[in-house]
Amino acid sequence: MKKIIYTWAGLLTISLPSLAGNEAIVGMNPVAVAFFLFFIAATLGITYWAAKRSRTATEFYAAGRSISGFQNGLALAGDYMSAASFLGIAGMVATKGYDGLIYSIGFLVGWPVIMFLIAEPLRNLGKYTFADVVAYRLQLKPIKILAALGSVAVVILYLIAQMVGSGKLIQLVFGIPYELAVVIIGALMITYVLFGGMLATTWVQIIKAVLLLGGATIMTIWTLAKFGFSPESLFQSVKETAGEKWLKPGGLVSNPIDAISLGLALMFGTAGLPHILMRFYTVPDAKEARKSVFFATGFIGYFYILTFVIGFGAVVLVGLEKITSIGKGGNMAAPLLAQALGGDAFLGFIAAVAFATILAVVAGLTLAGASALSHDLYVGVFRKGESSEEQEVKITRVAVLILGITAIVLGIAFKNQNIAFMVGLAFAIAASTNFPALLMSIVWKRFTTAGAVASMATGLFLSVVLIILSKTIWVDILGNPEPVFPYKNPAIVSMTLAFVVGIVVSLMTREPEAEEKFEEMKVRKYLGIGAE
Amino acid sequence: MNRDELKKILTDPDFQSLVKKVTTVSLIFTAAILIVYYAFILLLAYGKEFLGQPISEGSATTVGIPIGIGVIIAAWVLTGLYVYWANKNYDPMVKQLREKFRR
Repeated sequence: MKKIIYTWAGLLTISLPSLAGNEAIVGMNPVAVAFFLFFIAATLGITYWAAKRSRTATEFYAAGRSISGFQNGLALAGDYMSAASFLGIAGMVATKGYDGLIYSIGFLVGWPVIMFLIAEPLRNLGKYTFADVVAYRLQLKPIKILAALGSVAVVILYLIAQMVGSGKLIQLVFGIPYELAVVIIGALMITYVLFGGMLATTWVQIIKAVLLLGGATIMTIWTLAKFGFSPESLFQSVKETAGEKWLKPGGLVSNPIDAISLGLALMFGTAGLPHILMRFYTVPDAKEARKSVFFATGFIGYFYILTFVIGFGAVVLVGLEKITSIGKGGNMAAPLLAQALGGDAFLGFIAAVAFATILAVVAGLTLAGASALSHDLYVGVFRKGESSEEQEVKITRVAVLILGITAIVLGIAFKNQNIAFMVGLAFAIAASTNFPALLMSIVWKRFTTAGAVASMATGLFLSVVLIILSKTIWVDILGNPEPVFPYKNPAIVSMTLAFVVGIVVSLMTREPEAEEKFEEMKVRKYLGIGAE
Repeated sequence: MNRDELKKILTDPDFQSLVKKVTTVSLIFTAAILIVYYAFILLLAYGKEFLGQPISEGSATTVGIPIGIGVIIAAWVLTGLYVYWANKNYDPMVKQLREKFRR
């Protein structure tokens, strides 16, 4: 059997255009600058409007629970479809063909899991963060410490990956220096979250999702028009220009265990991402929460189908040679296709959309990280759950500032580092630390505080250690000849053991109070009685 | 809500049947998406040739393309079916129970 060609490192560098081709492909294109300024003006206007509606804790963290299911579906899609999805997956389809589609499918299948297992109980039982649900019937302090740790770890890793990737992207697309690009993104993201809270963040995400879906739809229709609206004739041209193997599965899934491990991380990691879970508190009830997953899944799935066409369109209309010469991993396939289709004007529009995409994702991450620090850590642990709303919002704002500045500093510090493992690690931690504890706290009566703490600690520790021992870091970064841990993704071991340890430790301990509360919790979980 | 009220709801046969139904349905749907996705992964691992063959003589489109797109659509359709079930069954049961206990 052929060895796996793409490692996690290979897969995840897709968000990082190489520095090789330093020529900006848009430069100070007037259309790009105009769209860019228009987007900033519009989002700052929204932030100003939202600032007056972000005073109480519920307003700040959860947009006053005023977002509809449809709007939240768009915002969830906006939170999830990063620049890496748009540029990276289109680029992967362009340079690897069918394997790009396989990869995108992995990112979609976590959404139904969120719907069937998590969304409704999460909405009914929690207040602002997923840690509220885990701590609902267990002891507040230990649970909140570990849950905050898991959330912040995921957020920081994801944030650094986004910062570095987008700094390089903006440098490449607009030709402005990397450091300046990171500072601009950081400053805008802090402004949205600090003043506009969840309401502004939500609307930035909605606008971005509409722009991204609209831009990708136009590109897809335009591409298909060149082929008489026949996918078959597009595929025929791909076959002629790139070769038959572009239309067949390649080396992405060769080792079933590796594939299953990656699948677990993507599927259950999605259901453990703090910035995604937090969005469920912005809707008024469980019914709207459920509806929002349906819309989000539809938008994201539709978007991945579009990127498949866009990637293949780029192969034929731009040419492989040009795509690979400009960005490593084919990251510039989509912008180059835009240029080939509609000249500099359309390229400018697509570049501005990519920028909006980055901003929305980092804003969502920052808000989730800040609420873990203030709502979970400060209020839950240091104030034992007792704090005035005013105080809580004030602390969150401080946390936003700290996190935002940290993200800028780390973004610059990691400029030339190999950070490809970070998104993979974020998903592995989410799947191993957050998801098992969240699921067991919702469904299992005998789950105890000790079990939850042991499960989260095991998941966090194992996912970090095993990533370090895997090829991605042990061989590719530390330069050792052979990896200690044979698989590319730790989830198959770390997530499984997080469940096992959680179950064993819970069975070894007893917490009658938690068991009693589990029964009472059912009324709120299923009927929403007493839900906030 | 006080203890007695809680006990009343928890021991109510309608409530118990709701819990049972919701649990069963969500497990069936979870199993469905797991089967769809992992069947696809196993097909990729062991059935590459099948996925790589053209859908008909002389066409460029391979069997894998509609199957891959099909997995995306299946994931979405499953969420739609769940919403349909929940709107039709779950919500009315919740409404009825909430009215019964005037909450």
